[in-house]
Amino acid sequence: MDAISLIEGHVAVLDRNDVDTDQIMPKQFLKRVEKTGYGEFLFYDWFRSGEIELEPHPILVAGRNFGSGSSREHAVWGLKDYGFDAVIAPSFSDIFYSNCTKNGLLPVILDEEHCRAVAAAGEARIDLDDQTVNCAGGVFQFEIDEDIKHRLTNGLDDVAMTLARGEAIDRFEQAGKADAGPVTTAL
Amino acid sequence: MANNLFEKIWEAHEVDDDLIYIDLHLVHEVTSPQAFDGLRLAERGLRRPDKTLATADHNVPTDGTPTARLIADELSRKQVEALEANCEEFGIPLYSLGSDRRGIVHVIGPELGVTQPGMTIVCGDSHTSTHGAFGALAFGIGTSEVEHVLATQCLVQRRPKSMRINYAGELGFGVTAKDLILATIGRLGVGGMQGYAVEYAGEAIRALSIENRMTICNMTIEGGGRAGMVAPDEKTFEYLKGRPGVPADFDAAVARWSELPTDEGAGFDKEIEVDAPAISPMVTWGTTPGMVVQVTDEVPDPATMDSPADGEAAERALAYMDLQPGTPMTEIPLDRIFIGSCTNSRISDLREAASIVDGRKLASSLRGMVVPGSQQVKAEAEAEGLDEVFRSAGFEWRESGCSACLGMNPDILQPGERCASTSNRNFEGRQGAGGRTHLVSPKMAAAAAVEGTFVDIRDWS
Repeated sequence: MDAISLIEGHVAVLDRNDVDTDQIMPKQFLKRVEKTGYGEFLFYDWFRSGEIELEPHPILVAGRNFGSGSSREHAVWGLKDYGFDAVIAPSFSDIFYSNCTKNGLLPVILDEEHCRAVAAAGEARIDLDDQTVNCAGGVFQFEIDEDIKHRLTNGLDDVAMTLARGEAIDRFEQAGKADAGPVTTAL
Repeated sequence: MANNLFEKIWEAHEVDDDLIYIDLHLVHEVTSPQAFDGLRLAERGLRRPDKTLATADHNVPTDGTPTARLIADELSRKQVEALEANCEEFGIPLYSLGSDRRGIVHVIGPELGVTQPGMTIVCGDSHTSTHGAFGALAFGIGTSEVEHVLATQCLVQRRPKSMRINYAGELGFGVTAKDLILATIGRLGVGGMQGYAVEYAGEAIRALSIENRMTICNMTIEGGGRAGMVAPDEKTFEYLKGRPGVPADFDAAVARWSELPTDEGAGFDKEIEVDAPAISPMVTWGTTPGMVVQVTDEVPDPATMDSPADGEAAERALAYMDLQPGTPMTEIPLDRIFIGSCTNSRISDLREAASIVDGRKLASSLRGMVVPGSQQVKAEAEAEGLDEVFRSAGFEWRESGCSACLGMNPDILQPGERCASTSNRNFEGRQGAGGRTHLVSPKMAAAAAVEGTFVDIRDWS
């Protein structure tokens, strides 16, 4: 995953609430076993019917509860591959938010009024280090979990970081705390 | 100190700061191939194959195709074959096409007894919340997290907040668990549970069967919730007893599980009270599960919505659904009926639907499909003769799988077709591009199959 510090440029606007991952990446593209090449399938039905148009700018501004529904990470792969580096919205679904942070797509939560200001400005600069979105409409602070920020700004691999905590996992297992569940290999 | 159910499970699984241990990782063909590739690329192994279980469910045909090799759709075939090869390489037990233990991942976990109270359970599927019906902490994860759990058996997680929804009183005649959860989502909104692990409690929940509790926990994600849970009780233990995956010393396990329910006086970050007897049979009219009304209502008018944004969303939804405000829900003509999905495809769902269609016929011009949740559910239903009840009524009786719930296999709606579905999502195109989905209970789906439109099953016979 590439390290993120500054994301700046034009803003694409999707002024709708509750945009679900079925719209972002329809099911027929989930049969692929690759992780790349999803950009061309992004918003497949909405783009092809002319329902919406989105330029592949660095920043997407969307409505509340963005990325609701299915856990499909293909939605994030599609947004990133299409060209977005950040999504700004008043709220995200929990799983989608997490998926974004694993793929270097920066999810930024701003209240609705500030989202509108960024959309109206048409351009913005997101500074992850000082957690601000700067646009013609003002400078807006956003919250992000310290650990997630650390991983994003350093482009760190989640799995490698947890494997580095292997001793804690060993201790947990050796203490018998992992013994209660079923043994699937013995079914 | 008094703790709630969620807190007890969370604290028992804390390995380190924001790192929790996963007792069971369920894997399926669609969200795992890239995770296995990631392991290979980084030359990492699988930490605990004995806590991992796989099945093929999302894109498999339901026409009786006996093995992966014979799946007609090339991409689907390759994906199931990739799952088989990955499970072979990493030593994961797999129930693929041809196995009599195969089925929808959220149906087979409980069925095999590997879903147990007090566990942490994850799967690369948002409806993993289903397993919370046993008093487990269960939630969906993305593919990167699938890879993480495969490699470490842990997950990096910030602790969610806790919410309790207390349902006072009992559900009325003809009102089901599906109606209860649809009504709840209608009230709280599709983002109303965001950031919360939700415990469903109260008299109405205690009165429900385990399978009905699964229906409720299943749709927690449609309210945006991280996890849905119900405290384990005698019904839970009775359901699990004798299943292949349960502990050898079952009594000791029951004693342990009995400690899990929320302590008297334990707090929650949020509490909500719902009057269960006031809940009616529900039908969705729009393109999110929160766009829902009582069957006795009319299609709502976008002009009456709470905000301009909601009004615009309702207008778009009505245009997509081809519905006019003011139309009684009982006058909407249907083309298709789908009984299935991880929400409502278990044996009790099929029995309920069968009891309504028994001796009756599908309304002319309707196409109806019943897709059991697992091969075991299918076998059980066939042993009871339910397949004959459905077939005689004019339904197609299929093999198990996710099927028309998400339309990854050939069981899809045609553009413009309108379906009463027992599944969980009425998103645009969910069941097939241009298809129109109304979410309902199995009872309502069965009655609608006979009438050709929705009916108030409380006064229908």
